[in-house]
Amino acid sequence: MKILVTVKRVADYEARLKVDNDKKFIDLDNLNMISNPFDEIGVEAALQIKEKNGGEVIVVSIGEKDAQQNIRTALAMGADRGILILNDNKEDFLNTDYTSKILLNIIQKESPDLVIMGKQSIDTDNHQTAEYLSELMNVGNASQANTITISENKKAVKVIKEVDGGLETIELDLPCVISTDLRLNEPRYASLPGIMKAKRKPLNTISASDFKISADSKVCISDIRLQAGRVAGSILKNVDELLGKIGPQIKSL
Amino acid sequence: MNKHIIIVEHNKTNVLKSTYCAISAAQTLSKDISALVLAKDETLCKSLTKELSKYVNQVLYICNKDFENPMSQSYAEGISYVVDKFKYNYVWGGSSSFIKETMPRVSARLENAAMISDIQKVINEDTFERPMWAGDIIATIKIKSTIKLITIRPTDFQDKLSCVEDSRSESIPCELQQHTTNFISFDEIKSERPPLSEASVVVSGGRGLKDPDTFKKLIFPLADTLSAAVGASRAICDADWVPNDWQVGQTGKVVAPDLYFAIGISGAIQHVAGIRGSKTIIAINKDAEAPIFQVSDYGIIGDALEILPELTNKIKVLLK
Repeated sequence: MKILVTVKRVADYEARLKVDNDKKFIDLDNLNMISNPFDEIGVEAALQIKEKNGGEVIVVSIGEKDAQQNIRTALAMGADRGILILNDNKEDFLNTDYTSKILLNIIQKESPDLVIMGKQSIDTDNHQTAEYLSELMNVGNASQANTITISENKKAVKVIKEVDGGLETIELDLPCVISTDLRLNEPRYASLPGIMKAKRKPLNTISASDFKISADSKVCISDIRLQAGRVAGSILKNVDELLGKIGPQIKSL
Repeated sequence: MNKHIIIVEHNKTNVLKSTYCAISAAQTLSKDISALVLAKDETLCKSLTKELSKYVNQVLYICNKDFENPMSQSYAEGISYVVDKFKYNYVWGGSSSFIKETMPRVSARLENAAMISDIQKVINEDTFERPMWAGDIIATIKIKSTIKLITIRPTDFQDKLSCVEDSRSESIPCELQQHTTNFISFDEIKSERPPLSEASVVVSGGRGLKDPDTFKKLIFPLADTLSAAVGASRAICDADWVPNDWQVGQTGKVVAPDLYFAIGISGAIQHVAGIRGSKTIIAINKDAEAPIFQVSDYGIIGDALEILPELTNKIKVLLK
């Protein structure tokens, strides 16, 4: 089975963010970057499917040159080859259409049986690309996967999704697009032998402009600011003091 | 002239609250709003239409057996058909797991369309505010497309709805393509408690509660006394103490109750992202350094095992 997974290089969620001088983006200087946690779960899911069914896992990333590191990590986990599409244009940060069309182009060349992506990236928190891409591909999609089971004949997949109010099970023909949720799996750490092997696995770099797809972002950040933090309140000694403060609120509910 | 349409979500009986929140958001831009109902049978379509007719001028509905259960591909097809046929240029939805799974597909089907997710504020007809980077950042976003698809965070749009004088409804015939995705089952987590995103009091617990039994023994009585919803940190959902549906946070539920109790929850940034809109946050934690105390309005540094039973009993007395 050929599985295509996407990995995005994002700001570490533990990092203290600052707003850039022009107030249109965050300050990327000295910012620790990681692989989007949902994408790592996607890589792990793909590797588990490959281990069970045989095949190949291709890792695709769209971003700056340093995204190579994130692809190499996925290769070190066990993926087979990587493709980096160079684009660090901040104008495209929320350009779902452009990202999806680039991925579509790769998918049309590679013809994977399955595409697995993170449900959202923790910088945009957009939660659009997997679904948008599935429509461009004219295939089914399953968002927020909790469990993925490939059918015996490898032509379909059963997905249990985390939906509001419970768990929903659907079955989709392959190929389709699945987006990962937190409890799908726990990604493995890259082993030292894995890291060594990864250095020799193929990693192709293409420029986004080579695709001749119009970027023309329709969704643009005009201004960003740091969320006003909640001011730390008071520490109280005991329950009586607490009820002294919130008692009236409770009674008025 | 702008034409607004709301994608209606329902539970096969009533319209979901999040849909009403989407109507509230749309009403900040226009008082002439349409709603689109997709359901399996005519009776249900008509009763949902009746429910909505108080607040929207027009309800369009499509009855189709493929709409028995919400499936993204067929719903996207039906929605984009209506949007295109009647030239709507604003498509609204209350953010939910289904809207997240479906709306981007609608966006992809339409020409000159773009989508903005999870807005918390409408600035004007092409400018919206939304949280990013787990809510550390508030971004002002401009959408330049002809068709704008907008999903809203229900907790940020709780205003009373304007009523309309009269409302008309129309059944839209629509042939759908056969799709290769099948609904198998829905395992619902039934609860007597109010839904997390709608409750005015939420009592959440985390790892500090030691084990699932202690969690239940301490959290449930407090929640019951306050008629509250029960929430959870990611850690205990991962550890299978409670259903995943109870997770509060950046990638779980966003809540904005009057009172939010964080019990034995350290207050990681992703959890805080889901509770920022709460009116009053109360934290109980053994660890004086826990980040939750940086955002709580009131905190008690102490053992939840001792504090919670006392708190529950004293609130019972208070409410007598």
